[in-house]
Amino acid sequence: MSQPHSLASATPPLYLRHTLTIRVMHWINVMAFSLLLLSGLQIFNAYPALNWGKSSYNGQAPLLQIDAYRDAQGQLVGVTRIGGHAFETTGVLGVSADANGNPSVRAFPAWITVPGAQWLALARRWHFSFAWLLVINGVAYLLYALASRHLSRDLIPTRRDWRSLGQSIWDHVRFRHPQGAEARRYNILQKLAYLSVIFGFFPLVILAGLAMSPGLNALLPGWIDIFGGRQSARTVHFIAAWVLVAFVFIHVFEVMVSGLWNNLRSMITGRYRVPAEESDHAKR
Amino acid sequence: MPNDNSGRRRFLGRVLATSGSLLLAGCDRLSQTEWFPNVLSSAEKLTQAAQKLIVPRNAMAQEFSPADISPEFRSNGTSNPSNPVYQALAANGFKDYQLRISGLVEHPAVYSLAELKALPSRSQITRHDCVEGWSAIGKWQGVQLSQLLQRAQPLASARYAVFYCFDPMDAQGTTYYYESIDLDEAYHPQTLLAYALNDAPLPVKNGAPIRLRVERQLGYKMAKYVMEIKLVDSFSDIAGGKGGYWEDRGYEWFAGI
Repeated sequence: MSQPHSLASATPPLYLRHTLTIRVMHWINVMAFSLLLLSGLQIFNAYPALNWGKSSYNGQAPLLQIDAYRDAQGQLVGVTRIGGHAFETTGVLGVSADANGNPSVRAFPAWITVPGAQWLALARRWHFSFAWLLVINGVAYLLYALASRHLSRDLIPTRRDWRSLGQSIWDHVRFRHPQGAEARRYNILQKLAYLSVIFGFFPLVILAGLAMSPGLNALLPGWIDIFGGRQSARTVHFIAAWVLVAFVFIHVFEVMVSGLWNNLRSMITGRYRVPAEESDHAKR
Repeated sequence: MPNDNSGRRRFLGRVLATSGSLLLAGCDRLSQTEWFPNVLSSAEKLTQAAQKLIVPRNAMAQEFSPADISPEFRSNGTSNPSNPVYQALAANGFKDYQLRISGLVEHPAVYSLAELKALPSRSQITRHDCVEGWSAIGKWQGVQLSQLLQRAQPLASARYAVFYCFDPMDAQGTTYYYESIDLDEAYHPQTLLAYALNDAPLPVKNGAPIRLRVERQLGYKMAKYVMEIKLVDSFSDIAGGKGGYWEDRGYEWFAGI
């Protein structure tokens, strides 16, 4: 077409994709969630089993248990039991190296817990400090997202989004990502993923965590039965945390395949370069 | 372009792995400092203030049905105090046991086990939540601490009830278990000096002859083998000064979470 247009598409423009507020909140959330996960795994190690019900001693076997035993040669063996199945997980789960490299009995290994050494009291301090940070940051985010219309403008799916659902799934399967004007907005799968985390799994992990507090249990006796009891809440807390980890992995993967530096820059400086529309689709 | 990207990705992978281990090493280094755990523990004050704000003073902990009672009530920590004084009391079925109420009260008192059992009692089926993460449900019977406090008449300056216990926590017998709660918790209707578990005399492994029940807090607050309750205005000069055996070892004094 005309000369100016082709020039513009040769060097696609940068635009402000993420406001400063969103960027700061995003990275606070990254830090808080990481430390909650790592200290949470240390807390899990103090009682490395997941039960269903009101108590841990109700005559039913745990859903998940990570423990250890000594074999005939006196070697420590780590075992992970899920349902009725036992898996030998020496080296990672049940038995792993301590700071001096010697095998030690611990559910999750030192390289994925904060603090590294078995230290429940300090892990709880880390956990509850960053839980406050996560919750305050999360509430601030929700208020901002509502007030700035980030939620309604960028996250709530439109009718057009819903109609593109099939196409979007097909695009994701082929690792194809929107270009040109379409790249300025979130696609439908992206919106659903963000909404499920913002309104689903983060609130769930927080609520299940609060359900474990004996003090808050007294707020309205029996409210934690919505989870099936305190030990069920602990199990839900654990599973919801891992769902969030799965989200993070998928999120980071998508960031990488859809333009790592462009995405990373947009979450640091706010500036995003709209990918140029490719004229020849057969190229791929 | 593809080569460039895979090189970048390898580089990013290394950056992530390195920053991951730096993060963990950094966290461990912070954990070892004097100041950082103190910064972290300011969250405890926030949690305590928040719970005091939203949970009414006399809000009751959940109570359960007999069907929920755990087949076996787990013993944790001391299961049989090695203290010879305690052993002599236990050998005689705690007939010579005396509970002392002392400190900032109008009327210091001493109760035998029979005298405690003669007072009006309360039974409750409650869930015991250990700081480790497990829970067990049991039926407790005992005298409400509030009754003993009403008889003893705490002075206006009293702020905490401190529980001194029979169980030594080291081989030398120089450190004993102790705990403390504030007066809100001490006067709470479910705060008991329990002498029975599941309709039987409290077993030694669960804290015979008297164990404290503080149903809105974690298990370590519920001192076993209680021998003396002292009302104080501050616990900073007792043992490690943090208000309890586990508190002196880094656990929160406010164990409502």
